[in-house]
Amino acid sequence: MAYSQPHPRLSVLSNSSQSSVDQFSPTSSSARYSLPSAPSIHTTIGSAKPTQGPRPNIYDRNLNKTRIAEVSASSFTFLFSEIVQYTHKRVSGINDLERRLNTLGYRIGTRVLELMVWRAESSSKAPKREIRLVPALMVIHTQVWKAVYGKPADAIEKSVENADEYMIIDNDPPIERNISVPRDLGGLSCSSFTAGIVEAVLDGFGFPARVTAHGTPTAQHPSRTTILIKLEKSVLEREELLKQ
Amino acid sequence: MAIHELWIINKAGGLVYQRNFADGLAQLTSNEYLVLAGTLHGIHAITSRLSPTGSSSGAEVIEGETFKLTIHLTLTGTKFVLLTSIAETTAEVFLQKVYEIYADAVMKNPFHTPEMPIRSEGFDTKITTLIGSGQ
Repeated sequence: MAYSQPHPRLSVLSNSSQSSVDQFSPTSSSARYSLPSAPSIHTTIGSAKPTQGPRPNIYDRNLNKTRIAEVSASSFTFLFSEIVQYTHKRVSGINDLERRLNTLGYRIGTRVLELMVWRAESSSKAPKREIRLVPALMVIHTQVWKAVYGKPADAIEKSVENADEYMIIDNDPPIERNISVPRDLGGLSCSSFTAGIVEAVLDGFGFPARVTAHGTPTAQHPSRTTILIKLEKSVLEREELLKQ
Repeated sequence: MAIHELWIINKAGGLVYQRNFADGLAQLTSNEYLVLAGTLHGIHAITSRLSPTGSSSGAEVIEGETFKLTIHLTLTGTKFVLLTSIAETTAEVFLQKVYEIYADAVMKNPFHTPEMPIRSEGFDTKITTLIGSGQ
């Protein structure tokens, strides 16, 4: 697999359906981006402290500085709601919408993995990386979930019918807590975003897979979600070799 | 001590949510509810200009012989209205909680259009847990 071009998953535009690409063209949507000459926020805060010089570059900051920093759940939910609305306006169907959310998640997943590895292994004398499937899935279930959502996922299951399918289950995904999908959008699961994150992390670990999200509500957990991981054949073959 | 009904009126005076919590209320058509909500919106607009001592946020409680109507006006102009029995003393508390649920289950739901009728399962469920199943 030679990537002469940038990986298609790294661009929101390249992977999208042809029919809706024109929505993004600057001519049709320039009005959305043009900012009216509104007064800057800073001018209204008269008593605010003047900032001392330019902000430090993000790459110069300590990696662990924001590890335990928390983000307001409300702000994030509003942001995610806007993301879904924005995406929903620009797609032709549920599949398309889920794929776009997946792509957005993928872009986050690659960064989450990198940051996690730097934080955990950069100071270690013997840095390691997961090369077996089940430990890798455990890392996603626990560490990735904690880094992204602040809590581990609720279960990992192996499909009985298909050897190449694994499931990560979250009983109450924070991004879906306030979302009620209307009936006409039937099987839509906004956790496709999470599926994208998982897909990116698996890709980064070297376990290429197709990852999708499915709502599997129970009476107790109405927003319970299953992240379905369908591994590529090469991964299973390698696992067999490693077992010996 | 009983809660009869909950209305949510948008800033233009349109009824976006209505739900009964008690048996034996007069059955009205949705059109009649819309008219009532519009009327209340108008009355509220008038009461907000009646204050002799400067600006006012308008009527907060309207009491009849058999019922009490409590209005909670938000900063954005949405009105939460709770119809209760006269003895009910916690209407304001309930409305505050309804407002919280509205902020969570309606405003953060990407499939809700602002100022349009509320059709959200999550909102219905949370209101049911707060007030009761009603009819």
